[in-house]
Amino acid sequence: MAFKIIASQCTSCSACEAECPNVAITEKGGTFVINPKKCTECIGYFDIPQCVAVCPVDDTCVIDKAYPRYQAAS
Amino acid sequence: MHASTPQEGASQAGAGPLVTIDAVMQQVAEHKGCGTQGGSGKASCGSAAGQGDLPTEIWEKVKNHPCYSEEAHHHYARMHVAVAPACNIQCNYCNRKYDCANESRPGVVSERLTPEQAARKVLAVASTIPQMTVLGIAGPGDPLANPAKTFKTFELISQTAPDIKLCLSTNGLALPDHVDTIARYNVDHVTITINMVDPEIGAKIYPWVFWNHQRYTGVEGARLLTERQLRGLEMLTERGILCKVNSVMIPGVNDRHLVEVNRAVKSRGAFLHNIMPLISAPEHGTVFGLTGQRGPTAQELKALQDSCEGEMNMMRHCRQCRADAVGLLGEDRSAEFTTEKVMEMEVAYDLEGRQAYQAKVEEERVAKVAAKQEELATLAGAASDITLLVAVATKGSGLINEHFGHAKEFQVYELSTAGAKFVGHRRVDLYCQGGYGDEDSLQTVIRAINDCHAVFVAKIGGCPKADLVSAGIEPVDRYAHEFIEKSAIAWFKGYLEKVAAGEVAHGPRGDAAIRQGALTAA
Repeated sequence: MAFKIIASQCTSCSACEAECPNVAITEKGGTFVINPKKCTECIGYFDIPQCVAVCPVDDTCVIDKAYPRYQAAS
Repeated sequence: MHASTPQEGASQAGAGPLVTIDAVMQQVAEHKGCGTQGGSGKASCGSAAGQGDLPTEIWEKVKNHPCYSEEAHHHYARMHVAVAPACNIQCNYCNRKYDCANESRPGVVSERLTPEQAARKVLAVASTIPQMTVLGIAGPGDPLANPAKTFKTFELISQTAPDIKLCLSTNGLALPDHVDTIARYNVDHVTITINMVDPEIGAKIYPWVFWNHQRYTGVEGARLLTERQLRGLEMLTERGILCKVNSVMIPGVNDRHLVEVNRAVKSRGAFLHNIMPLISAPEHGTVFGLTGQRGPTAQELKALQDSCEGEMNMMRHCRQCRADAVGLLGEDRSAEFTTEKVMEMEVAYDLEGRQAYQAKVEEERVAKVAAKQEELATLAGAASDITLLVAVATKGSGLINEHFGHAKEFQVYELSTAGAKFVGHRRVDLYCQGGYGDEDSLQTVIRAINDCHAVFVAKIGGCPKADLVSAGIEPVDRYAHEFIEKSAIAWFKGYLEKVAAGEVAHGPRGDAAIRQGALTAA
C-alpha cells in the first residue's frame, strides 16, 4: 500500500513535499499528490510516514488500499 | 536516510507566467540608480525624535520601520510576500484551510508566490510606493519551515533592491538551525511568536510540533518549542540581530502568564514586545474559534500591555496583517499587486527617486514632532491626575484628516499632563458574515471606542454627532487637518480647565470591544 492525499482536505501548504524521503510528493492541480510508485510508506526511513506527521489537517494523508503493501527491500 | 526534496520551482500551480529573475534584473539594470550597492546601510535620516527609551543604535535601525516604530508607520510602508506556505507546528488559533478574500488576519493569503515572483512583486511595489522600505516574509506557514524559498527570496531581493530592509517572522521551532543563514543574508529584524515559556500552558495552545522528523504532542511538544524559541532568540541577539517578540493574548490560557513571557524574552535581548489580541471568530474554523475561546477586550489588552511596559518597550500599533499585506499599516493595497497585475506592470526601480521621496517624508516627520513639542510646552505646569483616552480618525501622516463616516479604524491616544501617548488602534470596518451584518454600524463604532472620552475627526455629520454625545463621547471636529498630538493636547488642556471650572464632571468610561470579524475590502 502507498499513502495518498485526500484532495478535498489538502490545503496545499506543501509541508509534506519537503519531508518525503522518496520525493514522491508533487503539486498537481492545486493540491499535492503522492506518486504511489515512489511511496514506501516511509518504511526503512522513519517510524511514522512523514506526510502524515507533518500534515496540518488530520486524516488527509491516508493509506491507499488500491495498492499492495510496500515491502522494504531486504 | 532522509533525502531532501529539491524545492525550487516545485510549486507554481495556478500562478501566472513565470518570470526569471534574470529578466527582472535586466529591467532593473536598464534603469538609473541600480548601480548603488546599498548593503545593509539603508536610509539613515536626521531626527532622533520619538526615540523613547530605545538605545540609539536600535533606534537607528527601527525608526523607519513601520512594523516596529509606531511613529514610522504613518510614513513608511511594508510588504509581505507569501512564499512560505508550509508550517512545522499547529496552533489552536490558526487555520490555513480557508482563504476569504475579504479577510485580513495573519496566516491568510490569496496567492502563493515563487521566490522569483516575489522578487518581481517587490520591485513592482517599490517602484509604485516609494515609502515602501521593508520586505517581510511571514508565512502563511513558517518561513523557516520553508528555508529554501525564504532565503532564495531574500537573495533575489538583496540583489535587485538593496535599500529594502529584510525581515522575517517565525514560530522559532527551526530558528536555531538558521541563525547563521539569517545573519548572512543581512536580515536585520526577526520576529518570533512566543506565547508561553511554560510547557503546561503551551500544551493548551499547540496541539503538536513537527521536529526532527517526529510529531511531538502535548507538553513534550510545547517544551521542545519553548526551548528552541528561547535559544534562537539568544543566538540572534548575540549576533546583534534585532528581535521582536509577538504574543497572542488568550484570556484564561496565557493572559497572566504573558508577564512572565515578557520577562523571559527581555532578559534574552528582545527589544520589543507585541502583545496581540486573539482573533477567534467561529467562521475562521480555528480550534479556539470553534471551542468558543473568547479574545480579550480592549481594556484587558491595554492593561496587560501597560503591566509589561515597565519591563520593556511595548508595541501598540500592530494590525495583525495578512501574510501578503502591502502598503501602509491599516491600509492594505495587496489587491493592487496580484501576480497577474504585477506581471503586466512596468517595473522601474528608481533608487534615487525613492531616497528623495523618503527625505521629504523625514521633513514632514520633523515638523510634526516640533509641533507636538510646542504644544506640550503649553501643558507644562498643569497638574492633574486625570488620564483619559481619545480616538482619532486619521488617514496617516500624523494628521486628523479622516471623515468620521469613512474611518475604518481609529487611533487611540492616552492623554495626561505628560502628553499624548499612542496606545492602540480600533478597527471599525463593517463586519462580513458572522452575524454582525444587520447591526447598526454606528453602534459597532461606538462599541469599539466606548472607553474614549472624545473622538477627533476631520468632519462628522449631525446624526452620528448626536449619537456620540448621547453615548458620552465628545465629537471634536475643530482640529481638522491638524497634527494629532498637538490637537489632542490642546483639547485636553481645555478639558482640564472645564473640569477645574466645574463645567464638566470627569468620570471614567467603560470597556471597549476588539473587532473580531473579518475586514471588509474597501
